[in-house]
Amino acid sequence: MIAVRGLAHRYGAAEALRLPEWKVAQGERWLVLGPSGCGKTTLLHILAGLVRPSEGQVEVAGESLLKLEGARLDRWRATTVGIVLQALHLVKHLSVRDNLRLAQYLAKTPQDDARIDDTLGALGVGGKSARRPSELSQGEQQRVAIARAVVNRPKLVLADEPTANLDDASAATVVDLLSEQAARHGATLVVATHDARVKGKFRERLEL
Amino acid sequence: MNLATLSASYLRARPLNTALSVILLALGVATIVLLLLVVGQAEERMHRDARGIDLVVGAKGSPMQLMLAGIYHLDAPTGNIPLASAQALAKNRFIKKAIPLALGDSWKGHRIVGADKAYADHYGAELREGRFYQKPMEAVLGAEVAVRTGVGVGATFKGAHGLGGEGDEHEDAYTVVGVLANSNSVIDRLVLTSIESVWEIHEEHKQARDEAREVTVVLVQYASPLAAATLPRQINSQSELQAASPAYETARLFSIVGVGIDALRGFAAVLILAAGLSVFIALYSALEERRYELAVMRTLGASPGKLFGLLIGEAFVLSLLGVVLGLLLGHGLASVLGAWLERQQHYPVSGLEWRPEELWVAGIALGVGVVAAIVPAWRAYRTDVSRTLAQG
Repeated sequence: MIAVRGLAHRYGAAEALRLPEWKVAQGERWLVLGPSGCGKTTLLHILAGLVRPSEGQVEVAGESLLKLEGARLDRWRATTVGIVLQALHLVKHLSVRDNLRLAQYLAKTPQDDARIDDTLGALGVGGKSARRPSELSQGEQQRVAIARAVVNRPKLVLADEPTANLDDASAATVVDLLSEQAARHGATLVVATHDARVKGKFRERLEL
Repeated sequence: MNLATLSASYLRARPLNTALSVILLALGVATIVLLLLVVGQAEERMHRDARGIDLVVGAKGSPMQLMLAGIYHLDAPTGNIPLASAQALAKNRFIKKAIPLALGDSWKGHRIVGADKAYADHYGAELREGRFYQKPMEAVLGAEVAVRTGVGVGATFKGAHGLGGEGDEHEDAYTVVGVLANSNSVIDRLVLTSIESVWEIHEEHKQARDEAREVTVVLVQYASPLAAATLPRQINSQSELQAASPAYETARLFSIVGVGIDALRGFAAVLILAAGLSVFIALYSALEERRYELAVMRTLGASPGKLFGLLIGEAFVLSLLGVVLGLLLGHGLASVLGAWLERQQHYPVSGLEWRPEELWVAGIALGVGVVAAIVPAWRAYRTDVSRTLAQG
């Protein structure tokens, strides 16, 4: 599913990331661990095709990312990768339902209300579809964010510090939900975190 | 969901900024539309009323005043001229048609014009009911006068001295013998009677004899274009007469009023540019706050072009709202102004008429709004997704 070889990335002269070799099989769940500034976010952005690495080969879902460019790369990202970020990244002026619709619209897939309801329901926020993000608790917002990441049934779900702003109970639930949703859609899951509370959750770990 | 609904939902979430841009643009568009309607309709109306009249001959004074009083019945006349001079004009070989008018009285603010039937015929005014006057002290009402006063055939009324409706009433009463159909000309606002009626009424004061009889103006149509070269000079050389060319005087009037119109037009252009600036500032200043949201859209698969389109779309929706509101406002104001002018007995203005130039105004206003969005849209296009997300 993911094959990384000889990967390195620099911002100016500063090395942000070095990862000689990493392989992830379809359906696996990984934690990427390490302190702040170790390159976790950079790695996720490279895997999502948001950043082009300075060196190395990256293959995701059978595509070599160095060969994809421009609109093709955007389209590939829309249909293949679901991304969950730290809290507060829902589009504020859109309702919960429209945040999910936005993902379908931007991926140019049919705008399917039944699927949106189904996805929200599976994450326990089915009753909130008409609400604005600001009317939800942080835990609920993160559930909606997960729903938005998986509504297009991506092959790969990336989560960057998904528990950063959450209390203990919500943090555990969010990781469980991510795991559950990835399994439900047969997606591979990569969670980057430095949160001690979730370190024991998955067997596969990458220390940076 | 599509680009339009996405743009609209963003604008709805920022009602104050949106309202400011929309209102500025609407005011600019409305001002220009109002000018187009008022000036355009006034010009049309003035040309229609002056149609077929090449020269207005009257007493010496301001030629513009003579034209305004003689053709449009807006200003006070310059004075009277001897009937003999008017009759001499009619015999001039350069003149095809000479219509003498006797002015001076009014009824409820409507001018009473002494003229023979040729005056009504000149404007193609036809009787709606009754008959034309045959004897002194019989009168025919213009269509608007009949509507406004609610008076019909058989009624009697007394004229007042002067044109403002404030003068003393004359003793003798006119009898309405006919009402004219709408002719869409100045006639609609007038009360017509025979020249003899006007003389008869005023002779009580002046004890005038036949040889002292006077008329106020003579409307003249040339027999040939050649007349334009000689006739005005020939008339102006007579001590008591003056000739004014409506074509020349209207052009002069519009060039005088034109300064004011240009100033208003400039003001409207400033409003539209300010609206453009407001669109620019609204979108540009919001970029900082929206950086993260735009980056998130990129993670969801939006191409940079999509973000560019989104901001242009927002500006387009804003401008479209402004233009539509401005057109409605412009026509609404024209209707209000029209209703007010009608009460003031001036030229009617209609808000229900559309002018082709409005399409230009709409196009330019839309263009200004969209151009104002190009720089913010370009910055959105250039959003560095990874860096923005990393900064949180």
